Amino acid sequence: MDVLKKTPVREQDAKERAHNFKEVCLGYNDDEAKEEALRCLKCKNAKCIGGCPVSIDIPGFINQVEKGNVEEAYKVISNYSALPAVCGRVCPQESQCEERCIRGIKGEPISIGKLERYVADWAREKGIKPEMPTEQKNKKVAVIGSGPAGLTCAGDLAKAGYDVTIFEALHEAGGVLVYGIPEFRLPKETVVKSEIENVKALGVKIETNVVIGKSTTIDELMEEEGFEAVFIGSGAGLPKFMGIPGENANGVFSANEYLTRNNLMKAFEAGYDTPIAAGQRVAVVGGGNVAMDAARTALRLGAEVYVIYRRSEEELPARVEEVHHAKEEGIIFKFLTNPTEILVDENGWVKGMRCEEMELLEPDASGRRRPVPKKDSEFELPVDTVIMSLGTSPNPLISSTTEGLDLNKYNCIVADEETGKTTKEGVFAGGDAVIGAATVILAMGAGKKAAKAIDEYLSNKK
Amino acid sequence: MYKILKKETLAPNIYLMDIEAKRVAKSCYPGQFVIVKMDEKGERIPLTICDYDREIGSVTIVFQALGSSTKRMAEYEEGDEFRDFAGPLGRKSELIDEPEDELRKKSILFVAGGVGTAPVYPQVKWMKEQGYDVDCVIGARNKDLIILEDEMKKVAKNVYVTTDDGSYGFKGNVNDCIKDLVNNQGKHYDLVIAIGPVIMMKFVCILTKELGIPTIVSMNPIMVDGTGMCGACRLTVGGKVKFACVDGPEFDGHLVDFDESMKRQQMYKTVEGRAILKEKEGATHKGGGCGCSDDPADR
Repeated sequence: MDVLKKTPVREQDAKERAHNFKEVCLGYNDDEAKEEALRCLKCKNAKCIGGCPVSIDIPGFINQVEKGNVEEAYKVISNYSALPAVCGRVCPQESQCEERCIRGIKGEPISIGKLERYVADWAREKGIKPEMPTEQKNKKVAVIGSGPAGLTCAGDLAKAGYDVTIFEALHEAGGVLVYGIPEFRLPKETVVKSEIENVKALGVKIETNVVIGKSTTIDELMEEEGFEAVFIGSGAGLPKFMGIPGENANGVFSANEYLTRNNLMKAFEAGYDTPIAAGQRVAVVGGGNVAMDAARTALRLGAEVYVIYRRSEEELPARVEEVHHAKEEGIIFKFLTNPTEILVDENGWVKGMRCEEMELLEPDASGRRRPVPKKDSEFELPVDTVIMSLGTSPNPLISSTTEGLDLNKYNCIVADEETGKTTKEGVFAGGDAVIGAATVILAMGAGKKAAKAIDEYLSNKK
Repeated sequence: MYKILKKETLAPNIYLMDIEAKRVAKSCYPGQFVIVKMDEKGERIPLTICDYDREIGSVTIVFQALGSSTKRMAEYEEGDEFRDFAGPLGRKSELIDEPEDELRKKSILFVAGGVGTAPVYPQVKWMKEQGYDVDCVIGARNKDLIILEDEMKKVAKNVYVTTDDGSYGFKGNVNDCIKDLVNNQGKHYDLVIAIGPVIMMKFVCILTKELGIPTIVSMNPIMVDGTGMCGACRLTVGGKVKFACVDGPEFDGHLVDFDESMKRQQMYKTVEGRAILKEKEGATHKGGGCGCSDDPADR
């Protein structure tokens, strides 16, 4: 074993996995996990903890893995995180915990994410559940949205003895974990479902098909249904389009629609009713994780796939691991390219995309290199499907129906960074609804902080 | 789970169901819709609210069994349950929030095409309950496809029934009937609200534009979530992109790009067709996903 290098993790072969929706990364087995845990220096003043938005005692749980006490390791993680099997898989560890790992200075950092995932998967397979809280406070708290922020906040509040109900607009709980992130990165039946079951095991009730702002409002929940505090974790689900000609043609999708059809509605699986127009030659516009997910989904549905990004590879916002996987699977990247028009045939279907080449200017005051079109560089790319993955913003449905809830100019809910307190008494918010589209773990961190603040608020309230 | 309290066949392949859905019944208004998902593997189907009973906590839906999903839905009976029933979604009819003195001055004509009579009904009923008299044209291909005529007669001042083949009522399409009312019967209308197939709404709008009558239509594009998170239901209104599920479904009919909307509705036509074929042919079914067809609508 080379202590400077991460213990390699087994993966499904690229050629094979490009044709199925099974998980790409297979995770560590007991021996590999122990071997990796042994690399950890168990720092007294561990820097990695500071890189984790929910401050998991990382050396603490890794120490237990090394000793073979996986159940103990799970208990350590559970003190901090409600969704370890999810976070171990989808967190950008390279810019969080692992970025600060001392081992990373001279060599590769500890594979903290893969170890967390190993512990959580082990606990699930052994049927270990979190324990029901003993104390009951007999106070009702409503959580709007069942994504990572809402699930975390609800879990923490339930542990503190509150009577928590989550209201979810869709028919399935999980938010982006079920409709956004594909099966091959985050298995739904095993991983996501069981993490949600764990939150329910703490006593949290989940009411699906309730659209807050339509089915009922926050004011009604507080005035008529007896909820003493509310946490809004409704995310940022409103897709952006470019506003270029041809964007309403058949075969142009938002990444949200393409992924929802495939992940939540299971269009890829036989026996499910929801159709998907998969496409033969697909262009995905954008360079974030969602773009990678959409591209790799289209590939698995049988298409030849291009990722169109207006900056260079260096600026790609997607996780390095995902870009690496996408390339291995055969996704074709077109950098410094910007679409200007979607070309449409006489039946209203996409037949191509007109693009222009870009070049990057020197970094400006904000430190970003701005892309500008190159002169006379237009060309046509023949494609039959275009997936727009340009980011999302918060849905105004809740804010527009709740009296006294302030928004900023990006339509994000104004909330205190440390407590999630909004401008409305008793109402807290966190996750993408507050900061705009970000990461699962940041949403969880916000849910955690808000749960603590709600506990304080309700404890002080007479 | 959401229980089917009542099921009725209104016309061949057109069904009415009362569904127990307390939250929806409590908060819904005419003009809004719900999304129904029958079971684990079903798709999310948008249906306009046809009636509601706040006391009982029930919502009435009317649907035509056209595709494989609605055909399967038609097999559900009283006492069965749908897995999911989300709503109310979309905006309520603008009439609901219009100041009373404004509304009182208006002479309104509702135009209902085929199964579109169902979403027209709650609006007319609401107007009646508030004490306003309105007229209503109900049109269909033939006598068998006219639905909710008796119910409508109870709430509208005048109901004009028209069939394309003349098998019942006035002979002709809804536009022929509107022209007859305005040109021959001396009727004057300040507002038309037309709900039915897109092609019908398009032609009603061409006519009412000529006649100078403002017109509201209720659009029915393909939807997935119905809450504004995907844009599957987008359409162009007055040159701007709108999401029918949150900005609508009702829009100013003189500003809607109907041709684009009709093309977008065709997107999964063959996919739906294939689903029906697959069901009929069972194990002998072949094809799908091979990409061998040259038909662009088949991709």
